[in-house]
Amino acid sequence: MDVILLQILNGLDKGSAYALIALGLTLIFGTLGVVNFAHGALFMIGAFCAVTLQKFLSLSHTVIDESQTDFLGNPLKVEMRYIEDWFGPEIGGGIVEWSVPLSVLFAIPVMVAVGVAMERGLIKHFYHRPHADQILVTFGLAIVLQEIIKYFFGANPIPTPAPAALAGSIDLGVMIGFEVNEIVYPLWRMVYFAFAAVIIGAVFAFLQFTTFGMVVRAGMADRETVGLLGINIDRRFTIMFGIAAAVAGLAGVMYTPINPPNYHMGMDFLVLSFVVVVVGGMGSLPGAVLAGFLLGILESFASTTWATTTIPGINQVIIYLVAIVVLLTRPRGLMGRKGVMED
Amino acid sequence: MGILEVKNVNKRFGGLQALGDVNLSVAENSVHAIIGPNGAGKSTLLNVLIGKLIPDTGSVMFQGQSVLGRKPYEINQMGISRVFQTPEIFGDLSVLENMMIPIFARRDGVFRMHAYENSSNEREIVDQAETMLENLGLAEQRHDHSASMSRGNKRRLEIGMCLAQEPKLLLLDEPTAGMARADTNNTIDLLKQISDERDITIAIIEHDMHVVFSLAERITVLAQGSPLVEDTPENIKGHPKVREAYLGESA
Amino acid sequence: MFGLNKKDGLLFLVVIAITLLAPFLLNPFPEGSGMAQFNAGYPDLLQRFAIYGIFAIGFNILFGLTGYLSFGHAAFLGVGSYAAVWMFKLFTYNVVPAIAFAVIIAAIFSVLIGYISLRRSGIYFAILTLAFAQMSFALAYSVLSNPKFNLTNGETGLQVYSNDLQMFHRTGLPDMPHIFGLSVRASYELELGGWSFTFNVGYYLCALIMLIAFYFAIRLFRSPFGMMLRAIKSNNTRMTYTGLNAKPYALAAFVISGMYAGLAGGLLAAMDPLAGAERMFWTASGEVVLMTILGGAGTLIGPVLGAGLIKYMENIVSKINDNVLHQWFAFLPDGMEDAVVALIHPFVGKGWHLTLGMIFVLVVIFLPGGLVEGGQRIARLFRGKKAREAEKSSQSNPAE
Repeated sequence: MDVILLQILNGLDKGSAYALIALGLTLIFGTLGVVNFAHGALFMIGAFCAVTLQKFLSLSHTVIDESQTDFLGNPLKVEMRYIEDWFGPEIGGGIVEWSVPLSVLFAIPVMVAVGVAMERGLIKHFYHRPHADQILVTFGLAIVLQEIIKYFFGANPIPTPAPAALAGSIDLGVMIGFEVNEIVYPLWRMVYFAFAAVIIGAVFAFLQFTTFGMVVRAGMADRETVGLLGINIDRRFTIMFGIAAAVAGLAGVMYTPINPPNYHMGMDFLVLSFVVVVVGGMGSLPGAVLAGFLLGILESFASTTWATTTIPGINQVIIYLVAIVVLLTRPRGLMGRKGVMED
Repeated sequence: MGILEVKNVNKRFGGLQALGDVNLSVAENSVHAIIGPNGAGKSTLLNVLIGKLIPDTGSVMFQGQSVLGRKPYEINQMGISRVFQTPEIFGDLSVLENMMIPIFARRDGVFRMHAYENSSNEREIVDQAETMLENLGLAEQRHDHSASMSRGNKRRLEIGMCLAQEPKLLLLDEPTAGMARADTNNTIDLLKQISDERDITIAIIEHDMHVVFSLAERITVLAQGSPLVEDTPENIKGHPKVREAYLGESA
Repeated sequence: MFGLNKKDGLLFLVVIAITLLAPFLLNPFPEGSGMAQFNAGYPDLLQRFAIYGIFAIGFNILFGLTGYLSFGHAAFLGVGSYAAVWMFKLFTYNVVPAIAFAVIIAAIFSVLIGYISLRRSGIYFAILTLAFAQMSFALAYSVLSNPKFNLTNGETGLQVYSNDLQMFHRTGLPDMPHIFGLSVRASYELELGGWSFTFNVGYYLCALIMLIAFYFAIRLFRSPFGMMLRAIKSNNTRMTYTGLNAKPYALAAFVISGMYAGLAGGLLAAMDPLAGAERMFWTASGEVVLMTILGGAGTLIGPVLGAGLIKYMENIVSKINDNVLHQWFAFLPDGMEDAVVALIHPFVGKGWHLTLGMIFVLVVIFLPGGLVEGGQRIARLFRGKKAREAEKSSQSNPAE
């Protein structure tokens, strides 16, 4: 029982990331009818928003600290962060430490801007071209974006730690009646899951309860009819692209303490997120979320020692196997609507 | 016994009875029109005939063989060709190539791996295709992209491609929809010529009464998924039930 | 000529000439000159041109003709490499059986994967092939390299060890891949003035096979079979209602292109008896897509050009560093020199992928027909007014 619970918990953080990326992919596919291979790059850019803010906050200058000496007895030169100069070591240090959560605020406008620029500048011109062309141009764009990031940040993963207060582990088992140390779970993963849940809830609420969301949902169901009503659906779709970009970006920001970001992390997640979208059902938002968590948890179960000793390497292939089976037996996915790209 | 026999065909979509007890017999070498107001079930019936839909009950026999449950390409190889409402041709291929494909299909069946022949060296097939194009009046355009032709010419080409397979039955789905009057008349003349010159049965689903009455030898009127009357054009014109159901508003 | 029409025959002759003379043509700069680093006429790169040319020609048979976009073709390349190395390990270093085995194994794999993937089309097909390829990568990388059943040797890569069985290996035969005793590494160096040209056995083997592969591709393009494949891309509905079953046609194309990939993989192993899982990674599949689109999908020569261009960039542009740039722009005033170098810097050396990505995006947007279409457009500019008017009249017939 505790093993099962632990594996479900372990699957949640990856599942959250899959769900958030797949949600954006589905939003874009459902509203714009575009298959966006550059969506992983948005996740990656989000992660590098956190890196940027961390670097920015850590900008420092050298001061001579008379109270410390090096081995020759000379006063020690220490790096002094500007931010500590301005706010004092207490608050300044705190800000630096909390840079990842703070990046969320910084990433939202950046990601919306990137998304809108992408849609207006490039993807807009591909609405009426074949899906193959959309795949190709977004694939090319993804290469360009990740190379730009590589140019500025290098090829190595950059550690971006979580705030110390959220970095440890908690013993979840004790809280619900298990023995001590049976279910120990890193705190930040809990945070990530909660964060993902909030974002997913916000997106759904937005689509459900606002007029804007209503129009977008109608547009997902039938783009042409809504166009005929005289609603400027294109502009709304642009905004939708911005939102999808922000969702992917935020997923990236908060993922940085779990996995230090590198320039190809987007592509790594993209391939799996596509699989998630397909399993959930092209164009189905609940399907994307459900499939994201399901596959994340499934992957975590396949990674247990029991599974990997029974079938070596099953953790590496399980998601693809599931996707292949789903595509062949139920091509529209778990929750896909009938007739959406079923051929 | 007609070439195409539809018996007791029923098809429901959820609560909607799309086809109810359809019985239809198309006589060999005749031109048979199926008309009816919108939503009468014409398209559903057509989709049943070509294997796209399987009816809930009933049988569809072509030359004594059932077509139900067969793949569309198998039905085609039995001798049923279909002309679509919007012309379906190979837009990326030249007009001549468009014409060669059905001739290859007739020669080779559903699949043949002929990767080492040279298609332009297949004199016999090229000749046949060029003759067909000449008869259709499309010979001059044979090296053009077929997508660049006018709608009327696309229609001619599509009909020609169907004929190249020498089908026993030609199904046409509103072949003049959205056409200018001149193109419509050309198409009517072409179909007349075909039915006069060849051993072919033509079944046509049509909205345009001008087309129907210029071509059909027999007419079946569908209403709400069931055949209302079947008779000659003269009798259909004066039929009170038809007038009520259909011609009343439209003629 | 060879059963080809005049235009194709001429094209084939030109390709033969270029391929055979490549060690000359791609070494235009004398040894030791500043430009020598742009010479591409060394065996290693020449072999890659030919091998990836084969890979792209094969991919184009699937994508260019049928329009099915496979994002997992590298799987067959990798499988071919593993198959070839196993032949080396078990039997002999002779490349002929190794390459034949690579093609056969790739064919079996592509029948399996193609049969399942082709049950769907469009984006689903792309994602299915991608999923299969990633699965193959994972299998090769970790699953099939466990101590009990080590088929791929995981991260290290599969290679030939001195204690391998090598049943038909004899003393006197080279200890590396060979063609009936003639080592693929054997080369003849020709010094001519300041120039140095290398004629390498391995390259000429690859070149010969590429020419055969290219010839077969031309035949296939011009055959009724090729016409059927283009018909699938153009209008699948009409295809079906013309009594043709598109599935076996598409599967045949898929398997043929898989065999081309296997052939390329086998040749890679024949040039360097090593097979690693990274050859199957999906970026490798993406690379062949890039090659084909860049050169011109659906054209005969496009994929070969695309493959050549990308491999050239990978090997040559990636070597341009700041020193080289400073040499080039030394004639500019100092400040300007630095500015120009700083401007170009992100696009060369390690940043060549950025250049590649940008070229690719631009090609997809503005030149969907790739380099070949670009060439045709330029040729059209030089043609007479008459030709241009003829063009106009054929274009002014709108589709509907």
